[in-house]
Amino acid sequence: MTPLQIKQITLAMNGDEAIAYAVKQCDVDVVAAYPITPQTIIVEKFSEYVANGEAQTQYVCTESEHSAITACLAAGAAGARTFTASASAGLALMHEMLFVTSGARVPVVMAVANRALSAPLNIHGDHSDSMAERDSGWIQIYAENAQEAYDTIIQAFKIAEDIDISLPILIGVDGFTISHTLERVDTLPDDAVKEFVGERCFPMVLTHEGKTVPFRLDPANPLTMGPNALQNYYYEFKRQQTEGLNVAYKKIQEVNSEYAKLSGRCYGNGLIDTYQLDDAQIAIVVIGSTAGTLKAIVDKLRGQGIRAGILRIRTFRPFPVEDIKNALRNVKAVAVMDKCMSPGGFGAPVFTELRNALYDVSPRPIIVNYIFGLGGRDSSPPELCRIYDDLARIAKLGHAEKTVTYFGLRE
Amino acid sequence: MSTQDWKFTAKDIAAKPNLFLSGHRACAGCGPATVLRLIMKATRGPTIVTQATGCMEIVGSIYPYTSWALPWIHTAFENAAANASGIEAALKIMRKKGKIKDEHIDVIALAGDGGTCDIGLQALSGAVERGHDFLFVLYDNEGYMNTGIQRSSSTPVGAATTTSPAGTIIPGKLEKKKPITEIMLAHGLEYVATATPYYWKDLLIKVRKGLEVEGPAFLHVFAPCPRGWRSEPCKTMEYSKLSVESCVFPLWEAVHGNRQLSAPSKVIALAPQKKKFLKDYLEGQGRFRHLFTPQNRPILDEIQQSIDVRWQKLLQQCQLSQL
Repeated sequence: MTPLQIKQITLAMNGDEAIAYAVKQCDVDVVAAYPITPQTIIVEKFSEYVANGEAQTQYVCTESEHSAITACLAAGAAGARTFTASASAGLALMHEMLFVTSGARVPVVMAVANRALSAPLNIHGDHSDSMAERDSGWIQIYAENAQEAYDTIIQAFKIAEDIDISLPILIGVDGFTISHTLERVDTLPDDAVKEFVGERCFPMVLTHEGKTVPFRLDPANPLTMGPNALQNYYYEFKRQQTEGLNVAYKKIQEVNSEYAKLSGRCYGNGLIDTYQLDDAQIAIVVIGSTAGTLKAIVDKLRGQGIRAGILRIRTFRPFPVEDIKNALRNVKAVAVMDKCMSPGGFGAPVFTELRNALYDVSPRPIIVNYIFGLGGRDSSPPELCRIYDDLARIAKLGHAEKTVTYFGLRE
Repeated sequence: MSTQDWKFTAKDIAAKPNLFLSGHRACAGCGPATVLRLIMKATRGPTIVTQATGCMEIVGSIYPYTSWALPWIHTAFENAAANASGIEAALKIMRKKGKIKDEHIDVIALAGDGGTCDIGLQALSGAVERGHDFLFVLYDNEGYMNTGIQRSSSTPVGAATTTSPAGTIIPGKLEKKKPITEIMLAHGLEYVATATPYYWKDLLIKVRKGLEVEGPAFLHVFAPCPRGWRSEPCKTMEYSKLSVESCVFPLWEAVHGNRQLSAPSKVIALAPQKKKFLKDYLEGQGRFRHLFTPQNRPILDEIQQSIDVRWQKLLQQCQLSQL
């Protein structure tokens, strides 16, 4: 089917509702979750679908996020397609199990409505929660708006469940900014989504009995899952996991193109999404909804003849090193905006990662870090515009006076 | 629960293939390993097992070997019941949708006393409250033996462990054992029972009864640990027997909350002269050695007294009184 053949329905939904709607269309078998702001609408909405018979899903209201992710992991091991959602403290409580899920190679899909971590307690949006889980072995994709949240959830099952990937995936949406803001969202018909996602497939593995069987808990083909691996095997397990992420690097791009053919919507190459970057001399690198605001600023600056651009990192894990290198090769000054801190570190996670990626590029752009928006603090267009002003000055001077800036802060 | 008759004769048991295979790396005289082997002898058909981190998880699954002849999964320490929840939910919906064969699959969750009474209690409470159809088996060796014999909430009062050592001021663990079966009964489970491997037939029958319940069932199995108890490996079954005879660990089952003594304990209820003394059970266990000094004599007396009180209470709960 092509976009022209498919009649899409436009609905007014916030990001959380869009996610729940997508999950409903993906023939998910088990959803296990625990409520936490700003994710709660997802599970509320999905519970309604189950209660009204609109979703053929076993919904498990667990007593904690730790049990929610555990139940998804175990259900996934038993062969089910699974989904959960969380945020902030909930994601932090899952921390242990995030590593177990990726290590066990179970393709759980999780939406995270990104929110600040305590203390002090704060329910609003920043990226501290999922950035703290960057090394947990999960694929991480961040959406820019409710439409992308909807589209990415559908893509997520296809990516995670690829038999050469078989890894869990986290889809991040900015808490409140995306999760709670009503937007227009074009939705695909149920059957088109079902066909696109397909049924869950399983990698074939060798059992202790010497049989080759699907990787799932099945009394007909007993498998031992979640064993101990000592000094002699553990390292190989972990190395294999990174191979799964390498496959995901390609798969995310393929799924992005394939989905574009179906829906008419694509997000850059799936890994990075650029705006006015081709001839840009100054650029901002950012994750999530801030990219939307920046687009309006770039349009204004372009009108003034300033060659400003945006690179939105959509896929943070696997980190798209080559794509970023190519995209920023001709830029003179780059500001990386992090909605997160790395206390005691030299800059925040996206900055350190990106600066590392560009180390070998010659000539190397000047790269600075702007930490912003912690605890949901808003950054207005005029404020954000100042970052481009700074970049223009840095590009002109040929060096930055300050590498890490705490932006929009009383000091 | 059906009233199907299963006998579990020695012949039947011997004829049934082992599902927890030999070659695992448990210590000599390991009570829990015997328990696991027996439990698997009581399975009734397709079964999936999930296990909390602990001795028994470690010894049976050292990659690339396994002792598990049925599908088995371990994910972490505190979540055996959450694993069971996920598996049960998955099987239910996939069966309904025709994604798997239309047959019932039993789910068994195994955990030690740490994975049940301490770190695993929240997940267990949540899973039974939600009513998932699974049997949770606690193999209780009264401490964190895998990490080197530390105190758990299930360690009995007076016992010395590496984190409740018998010192010159503090004589081992000061606090009483957590009454986990009472906690599970308070959750309103259809089936809660206690068992110990010396009375193997009683154990097998209780496993089967627990599996037959449509919903959660809980089985508390007392399993001596020679390393942790500082006892002779050859005496594991003796301590299993003495724990019942001394009424330290009475055997009973509660169906819909109606508690009944099981035969080995009923014998003692009906013939109190058969009741052994606490010291018969404690002697020979190095973890209680310090209690046998003159200055700690009052502690022994106190423990004996609390066991007697608990036994009397249990008799009342079972509508029996000491003759």
